[in-house]
Amino acid sequence: MGFKKYLVKRAITMFGVLMATLLITISLVGSNMDAILKQSVALEIRQQVTNNKSLVSSFKNPEQLDLYVQNQIKQRIIALGLDQPWYTPQRIGLSMYKILTLDFGHAKFLTSDTGSSDVRDIILESLPRTILLFTTATAIVSLLGIFLGAIASSKVNSKIDKITSGFAIVSSSFPVWWVGLIMIFLFAFVYPIFPARATPTISATDPGYMVSLLYHMALPLITLVLIGFGSWAYLVRNFLVGVLQEDFIMAKRTVGIDEKKILYRHALRNAAPPIVTVLALSLSGSLGGAIITEAVFDWPGMGRLYYEAISVLDLPVIIGATYVLTAFFLVSVFLADVLYGYFDPRIRRQ
Amino acid sequence: MSFSPKEIWKEFTHSTIGMVGIGIIATLFCMSIAAFVVIPVETFKEWNDPSSWLTYPKSALPIWVNYFLLQKIPEHLILQPQEYYQKSAGVSVVTDVFATDYQYDSFPSDFIYQYSATYSGSPLVQLSITRPDGIRSILMSTSMPSSSNNETTFDGMLFSTDNSMEKNIQNNINFSFPTSVIPSQDLVFSHIDQNTVLKGDYIFKVTIYDVNGNVTLSKSKFILGGKAYGLMGTDELRRDLAVGILWGTPLALFIGITVSIGSVVLGLVYGVFAGFKGRSTDEAMMRFNDIIYAMPALPLLIILAVTIGNSIFLIVGFLVAFGWVGIAKVSRSMALQIKTLQYVEASKLMGQKDFKIIFKHVLPQLLPYTFASIAISVPAAITTEAGLSFLGLGDPTFPTWGQILHDASVYGAAEQGLWWWILPPGIMIAITGLAFVFIGHAMDTIINPRLRR
Repeated sequence: MGFKKYLVKRAITMFGVLMATLLITISLVGSNMDAILKQSVALEIRQQVTNNKSLVSSFKNPEQLDLYVQNQIKQRIIALGLDQPWYTPQRIGLSMYKILTLDFGHAKFLTSDTGSSDVRDIILESLPRTILLFTTATAIVSLLGIFLGAIASSKVNSKIDKITSGFAIVSSSFPVWWVGLIMIFLFAFVYPIFPARATPTISATDPGYMVSLLYHMALPLITLVLIGFGSWAYLVRNFLVGVLQEDFIMAKRTVGIDEKKILYRHALRNAAPPIVTVLALSLSGSLGGAIITEAVFDWPGMGRLYYEAISVLDLPVIIGATYVLTAFFLVSVFLADVLYGYFDPRIRRQ
Repeated sequence: MSFSPKEIWKEFTHSTIGMVGIGIIATLFCMSIAAFVVIPVETFKEWNDPSSWLTYPKSALPIWVNYFLLQKIPEHLILQPQEYYQKSAGVSVVTDVFATDYQYDSFPSDFIYQYSATYSGSPLVQLSITRPDGIRSILMSTSMPSSSNNETTFDGMLFSTDNSMEKNIQNNINFSFPTSVIPSQDLVFSHIDQNTVLKGDYIFKVTIYDVNGNVTLSKSKFILGGKAYGLMGTDELRRDLAVGILWGTPLALFIGITVSIGSVVLGLVYGVFAGFKGRSTDEAMMRFNDIIYAMPALPLLIILAVTIGNSIFLIVGFLVAFGWVGIAKVSRSMALQIKTLQYVEASKLMGQKDFKIIFKHVLPQLLPYTFASIAISVPAAITTEAGLSFLGLGDPTFPTWGQILHDASVYGAAEQGLWWWILPPGIMIAITGLAFVFIGHAMDTIINPRLRR
């Protein structure tokens, strides 16, 4: 199987996953969604009619106007296909098509900072913040982890190795959001160094906004790094320990190549494919965890948006956010596949 | 690849962290049994009912903090009475005596006498105090609502915040400092010459006089309000956190173990069947597996909980639905290896049915791996459920540790510095998870000797 064929197969699977997730989401929220759509159609028509002064004045009494509006609503509902139940194939196909083209409709309650209720605007506003927080955290965590893991693997069973492994196991047992609560308690209230709520208080147009955003990001970032780097170091250590036992490393040692050079040049390069794969996967995995973490820190990203949407049951936002989160997740899984093939020629030539 | 259970157990006992894990889990099981025995399920079901926690203090510290403090915080005491009954010349007198040795460095927040009396006529209730310095004073006297002829039952309370109590104290005890703005509990427990706490034995006496002569007290307790209560303290809603933490243990174990056994068994059967069948069956099953594997679990779990329901059994089911995929992948590849072993081929040639071969020859080979993965997948199940509960999507009839943390976050426990509300649930989640990780880790080193280096 060639690498291209492998990638095509993976891409098809990914698309299948995206469709399956969408289908599940739509069928779970379908009936509620229907009611919301009908309401918004009615609202739209009413507004149109009341804004059209000449049309309103052409009616003699309110009953006539009402009848006209009801008729218009009925017509629009039939035109949109809303008269059929949500589970008919056309309806499902239409809603899937709409979501695929990023047309999520209007939010029921939530609005973006600029006041727009278009779900796309809301998501486009919060997505960059989530990416900013979690890619920064993942970058720091992986650098720290690779460095610490390399040190630990070069001194197996030493004190530093044991401390790293122990810290990895213990730190990964605590839920990130709980550590977040403790960090807020300690560094926002007992020692008020950082703000407790991670949403900047000044408006987005202010020139100092970026600085304020970064300052508010500090506490969630520290928490994510604190919880993440231990298990990373442990993972890298295990990969490296495996590689360091291979014959070619032994050969290099007997030739007399510097131990540091062996570790960072040769061993790390050989351990790279699994490490990179896990990196891509953990980036996407952290997006899922972002929901709770962002809710704790009140970081105004996708996770908090999701949390708010759930608490008021704003279905268009829930569907849109699920779609975007899933798409991101899948893109990074796919990226992991590509990277794996790139770094490990055996996959390509299989 | 094959081990006998005895060998595995023998090797397991040599692993320190494995035994530590077993020890922790044994303790957790004992805690669960203690929860069943000590706290009736009915009490626990009232966790979210504020009216059942009225006599408890609000946001009280755990009592053991007093060991670390120089200034002792008053404990919240619910005193039980010593009862005396006497009847002379047609007047019956019921006396309830409450004694306490007050050794704290600040005044109690308040005190309340709670009673429920059955009587006819109109009895008189009188609350009086004897202080460590010998001074006695009537705090309050009031009459119960009169009932003309038939017996009535009356639930009453005497509050320290009552105006008449403050007046009585000011009139009966001669304090040498101005007393006009000081609440009565701060006067009752104060030195005469200055407004500081007078330590020693206080005796509260409740006397009920009834001319008709047949009064009985069915409930009588004296609540001395304090700022410390129980082993774990209480939360903003006055709930005893020890009850919540203790009852969270069996729930966490139930969720963790059911989910992990469910998903491991499902994944194992699925993977082994796919690997053993091979060809297009394998291909189709693995593609389906890929699809579930790549789905973002948490968003879907949230949508499922919101739309379908959040009963604890449903949540266990949802967690299993997303939990089996990884195990299916691994057990498939293991089944592929075992399939090529000669004795499996031999039994195939002899015409054994597929199911029989799978259950007799393939699955037993995978047992050690199964146990290890059950142990390893428990923590994820517990933390995921805690996460869902933390978002407020947990089962309200069975409050878990995650839900205690949800309440803590909703009521701003961090802002108010209520550390005893945040720390214990999280630590319990981590300890439970760690115990299973330890066991899984120890099992792993036995099954995969490669890891030992």
